[in-house]
Amino acid sequence: MKNSIVQSLALAGILAIGLSSCGSGGDKTTPNAANDADKQILGAGATFPYPLYSKMFSEYGKTSGIQTNYQSIGSGGGVKQIMNKTVDFGASDAFLSDADIKSMPAEVVEFPTCLGADVISYNLPGNPQLKMTPEIIAGIFLRNITKWNDKKIAAENPDAKLPDMDITVAHRTDGSGTTFIFTDYLSKISDDWKTKIGAGKSVNWPEGELGGKGNEGVAGMIKQTPGTVGYIELAYALQNSMSIASVKNAAGNYITPTIQSTSLCANGDIPADTRISITNSNVDQGYPISSFTWIILYKEQNYNNRSKDKATNLVKELWWMIHEGQAQTAPLNYAPIPPKAVAAAETILKSVTYGGQPVLQ
Amino acid sequence: MKNRWRVLENKIFVRWLSIAAITTMVLLLIFFITLLISSWPGIKANGFGFLWGKTWDPVANHFGMFPFLIGTLITSFLSLLISAPFSIAAALFLGEFYPKGLIPNIFRNVIELLAAIPSVVYGFWGLYTVAPLVSKLEMKMHMPAPGVGIFTASIVLSIMLIPYSVSLIRQVISMTPVALKEAAYALGSTRAEVITKVIIPSNISGISAGFLLSLGRALGETMAVTILIGNSPELPHNIFSPSYTMASVIANEFTEAVGDVYLSTLIEVGLLLFVVTTIINLIGRLIIKKVSY
Repeated sequence: MKNSIVQSLALAGILAIGLSSCGSGGDKTTPNAANDADKQILGAGATFPYPLYSKMFSEYGKTSGIQTNYQSIGSGGGVKQIMNKTVDFGASDAFLSDADIKSMPAEVVEFPTCLGADVISYNLPGNPQLKMTPEIIAGIFLRNITKWNDKKIAAENPDAKLPDMDITVAHRTDGSGTTFIFTDYLSKISDDWKTKIGAGKSVNWPEGELGGKGNEGVAGMIKQTPGTVGYIELAYALQNSMSIASVKNAAGNYITPTIQSTSLCANGDIPADTRISITNSNVDQGYPISSFTWIILYKEQNYNNRSKDKATNLVKELWWMIHEGQAQTAPLNYAPIPPKAVAAAETILKSVTYGGQPVLQ
Repeated sequence: MKNRWRVLENKIFVRWLSIAAITTMVLLLIFFITLLISSWPGIKANGFGFLWGKTWDPVANHFGMFPFLIGTLITSFLSLLISAPFSIAAALFLGEFYPKGLIPNIFRNVIELLAAIPSVVYGFWGLYTVAPLVSKLEMKMHMPAPGVGIFTASIVLSIMLIPYSVSLIRQVISMTPVALKEAAYALGSTRAEVITKVIIPSNISGISAGFLLSLGRALGETMAVTILIGNSPELPHNIFSPSYTMASVIANEFTEAVGDVYLSTLIEVGLLLFVVTTIINLIGRLIIKKVSY
């Protein structure tokens, strides 16, 4: 009996707090309730750009007063949420498939905000600096090359001391954009990979490979066991100073993965809808295992009784992200989008309308 | 007047208890039905072959969960096997030899604190501390030495199980009727004989219940196992092989799963984990019934 008294007291207390906060909130906001709601932007999606987005939104909020709530629930979730119109924008590490676009209730547009890259990291005695060709990478991850002193690796790395050691392969086991970029790259450089495995956020890896959870899980496996090779996000590898291989790109140059070489990878021609996979691009100095990450929104912003102010606030914020906001990328080890991509994104944002009229004048 | 009030009070109390109990059961039922409905597209697409299929290929939408089932069962039972001698020993130490006093109290609290460590901490401790040791062992045995795999996952999991079985088993052991023990001593039994012939047999149902509880915990453990098991959906060659569990594949792939069949297949894995846990629990109860007096 005593318990139920305590419970009802607690319940009453919670109710009272709830009511009072409602009350005070109401007092403050009644005059511009509509205005305040217009300043709240809601987004959801990819986890990869989350640190960058939260920094960008907090910086933008300081000057504009716009509050942006971004939930990093994963790319798949971001696409679902924008499809259900429960968020103002969705974010995804892969551009929408034709099937996705068809199943959207209205026309959507998407544009890139930054770039990420996957690096090939390894743990070898003596820590040699390795060079890898697409052929070597595909061979290792298909388990055709199983020894570190394999002739193919040795031919490209005459100066490195390669041990007679088994190669242990580690990959990301949690569904992720990182895996998508990597398998997308492998599908482009190896027909064998394309037919046997394919590209996806989770794939049917060849037998005998290890899966680690997250960048930290794969990095842990690489660091713990000599002879292990795996792929991880560029930002994570830079922050944890791991051994990184330079990769021969489609133009035939060995490229060390850096923020600059990642940006350069995207410096080719961008289609008007920005739906392009830039892995293995033939830009001279571009690092080939790179990809955009996208933001998705509806082209016609007048839906679900949204106000014009809200649409304007949203598009202005997104505009800021591809211009001033790009200054936030490098300190967080993300790669900024190159000028051609900025131009394409500008055209897309200018095409967003409210009631048929362009939102940006 | 006062009497009537007390009757009413009693009625309310009983009503309150039964509502709470029924709610729990109904919740479980709803949980099961929800899982069944959401996994229906997957069940239809995968058919019965899902249970013994060995390929997991999200790109081609081709799914089989046999390796996950085997991985789940092996890690759970192996970890139970590893933890059992330690759990029994600790429970006897705390329940029979030193039930009271400052040091046993500290021991008891420390063991119970093991349950309070988040499983992600266990996972990374395992990855950075246990896995390298296992890797060295594997190198000595001249086999591939990734360090992670069924063996590493089971060792760490067994440590996580200890507090669950110990706290229950210690309690039943400490409640062994004194008369029973005294009778055994009177017949000239040694302490070891009292333990093996009186205390353990007379509490066998409570001890089994303790292990059953920790087995349920092992079947469902996700984070630590995911970090340590190596996550390869293949049938293991030996206990050092990397493997994969049902809970791990859900945790790994659910957030980024796209497509209705893929998503509902992962929910189907959850449904089957639910079914497997229920079956194991039922078998466990049956065994307890059989062995207890």
